[in-house]
Amino acid sequence: MPKIIYNTHDNKSYTIDVQNGLTVMEGAVQNDIPGIDADCGGGMACATCHVYVDEEWMQKLPQKDDGEEDMLDMAFEPKKNSRLSCQIIVSDELDGLIVNIPSKQS
Amino acid sequence: MNKTDALIIGAGPTGLFTAHQLKLIGLDCEIVDNLDKIGGQCIELYPDKPIYDIPAVPECTGEELTNNLINQIKPFNIKTHLGERVDEVKKDGENWFVKTNLGKTFLTPNVIIAGGVGSFEPRKFSPKECEKFENKSIFYSVKDKTIFEGKIVSIFGGGDSALDWAVELSKTCKVNLIHRRDDFRGAQATVDKVHELAKSGKINLYTKYQLTNVVGEDNLESIEIKHDSKEVKIIKTDFVMGFFGLIMQLGPIADWGLNIDKKTVAVDTEKFETNQKGIYAVGDICSYPGKLKLILSGFHEGALAARACFKLARPNEKYRFEFTTSSKTIKDRLGVKSD
Repeated sequence: MPKIIYNTHDNKSYTIDVQNGLTVMEGAVQNDIPGIDADCGGGMACATCHVYVDEEWMQKLPQKDDGEEDMLDMAFEPKKNSRLSCQIIVSDELDGLIVNIPSKQS
Repeated sequence: MNKTDALIIGAGPTGLFTAHQLKLIGLDCEIVDNLDKIGGQCIELYPDKPIYDIPAVPECTGEELTNNLINQIKPFNIKTHLGERVDEVKKDGENWFVKTNLGKTFLTPNVIIAGGVGSFEPRKFSPKECEKFENKSIFYSVKDKTIFEGKIVSIFGGGDSALDWAVELSKTCKVNLIHRRDDFRGAQATVDKVHELAKSGKINLYTKYQLTNVVGEDNLESIEIKHDSKEVKIIKTDFVMGFFGLIMQLGPIADWGLNIDKKTVAVDTEKFETNQKGIYAVGDICSYPGKLKLILSGFHEGALAARACFKLARPNEKYRFEFTTSSKTIKDRLGVKSD
């Protein structure tokens, strides 16, 4: 099972086995990783599952939909490596993916 | 003081259908919602997105679903209090005393929380210093545009609200429009208009910039914005407006003595009652083993909570189950002809 590494803003790190096909957001929520709210439940409608993807992984992720960039306009302190974790689907290729969770979601 | 058999908090699909079920069984109800329009998340978050899992409705948008529900409850003339947030829910004898942020009060034996993920509040700027200027020179909505006349106004955001206000205020003030990227997500016609006004110097456009600080003692004097390339600009400004959409916050619900875990309220699955007798939670905000956050689950939960309300609202009567296809009483309530 691919491992996803979630780093929180207070320098804690969680390495979680996340099943293929789940999203990075679901991996966090199901394992009680703090800092990912996912208020809308994965509908790309709220920007509260915002993460900063480790620079080295940015290119390996599928491109953003237009809608995702629109939602990121509303995220808390968006940066170039911002993504909505509900839009990243876990696969073997993403084994070892590192995401950094912002200090807050709103 | 408004007296009613049941007060529903939240005018999303679950709240609306719960109101329908209450009226169908002969109870009064009123609805309060913090948004200024009916529909909850369906209207605020995804009015145009198609939904495919409403039973017997193969496809409809959030807006269509809301309009259909509004039509479905039209015969009942339900009183709806929009743009008000319920702040207080307190025990008062056999009833609950409920008060909104605008001071409206209700007395009711039943409170049904159909609050989704909480109330919608504007998303705010991240620098802490912004708080002290909030509602004085930093705004997240516009109540009176005349205060900006002749002033310098810096507007942040890339959606319709930001663009519409930039265009509108450019007629009477000096407008800076600041957005984190080159693309705007507002309506194309408005985006074109903004670029046109920027060309003619009516709007100062700053893209790929974000707010990093606000400066001023008693009054706001200037803002500091930072480009993606780390370059920093200081801009003199009188007012700042941020339009980053709305976010859902649990808000005062957390203070009503309910069992809350992970922003949801624990309920039983017979009445959808919380740990407080006469307070129910339905829709996305409730949790129980097996809970699915689907609109259809909210409908089921509301129908059962409505029946539970009957016992407290009409303690001396017995609730009798009836079908809408055959009950003359129900047809009278709906204002339709019986066969």
